[in-house]
Amino acid sequence: MRIRYFAWLRQRTGLAEEEVEPPAEVRTVADLKRWLGSRHPRFAETLAATGVVRCAVNQEYAEDDTPLGREDEVAFFPPVTGG
Amino acid sequence: MIRVLGEPFDPAAEIARFAADRRDVGGIATFVGRVRDRAGDVRIRAMTLEHYPGMTERQLARIEAEARRRWPLLDCLVIHRYGRMEPGEPIVLVATASAHRRAALEACAFLIDWLKTKAPFWKLEETERGSQWVEAKEADDAAAARWQEKTAG
Repeated sequence: MRIRYFAWLRQRTGLAEEEVEPPAEVRTVADLKRWLGSRHPRFAETLAATGVVRCAVNQEYAEDDTPLGREDEVAFFPPVTGG
Repeated sequence: MIRVLGEPFDPAAEIARFAADRRDVGGIATFVGRVRDRAGDVRIRAMTLEHYPGMTERQLARIEAEARRRWPLLDCLVIHRYGRMEPGEPIVLVATASAHRRAALEACAFLIDWLKTKAPFWKLEETERGSQWVEAKEADDAAAARWQEKTAG
């Protein structure tokens, strides 16, 4: 699974992207956030900014209960500010 | 048509070319967004737009398709910059063409309101006090929600 981080999430995690192999019990976006957060407190803090962090799965907007597959691309980012 | 550019563009030249060879167009509406030189009382030296390549094009294409579904557009153009820009430089151009003005004007407003809340771009401002990420405004969500209520009602 490929994870991508944008804007201040990229700066705070210090990563633009990473390849991960989460355990089988990681089935949803919420599961993934918990698992990513368990690896490092900085990730936990960043991803737990509830109501702030947005998520996309395979480049479509996703919610906490969106199911995940092993080959998915998952992105975390703040609310968008284009235009 | 959607274009996501890393290089400067000329809105006047784009607008001059837009729907130029069509004779059924009675109205063209355009919106140009530019980099301001201040945020409140803080001077902005430059702005860098980060985006999510792939998802950006996908979301913009979806927004364009939605505008074409709602209004009888004869042509539609969205150009959005990414990368570093200085005050005065254009960030975004939206142009819509229709037989009559109302569809063109409404679709243009819809497109800019929606892309501000859906297209994955993030603005980083360079100021005298350092760099800061621009925060999303509730007013932008409200502007986009206005169009949702319209379809629901």
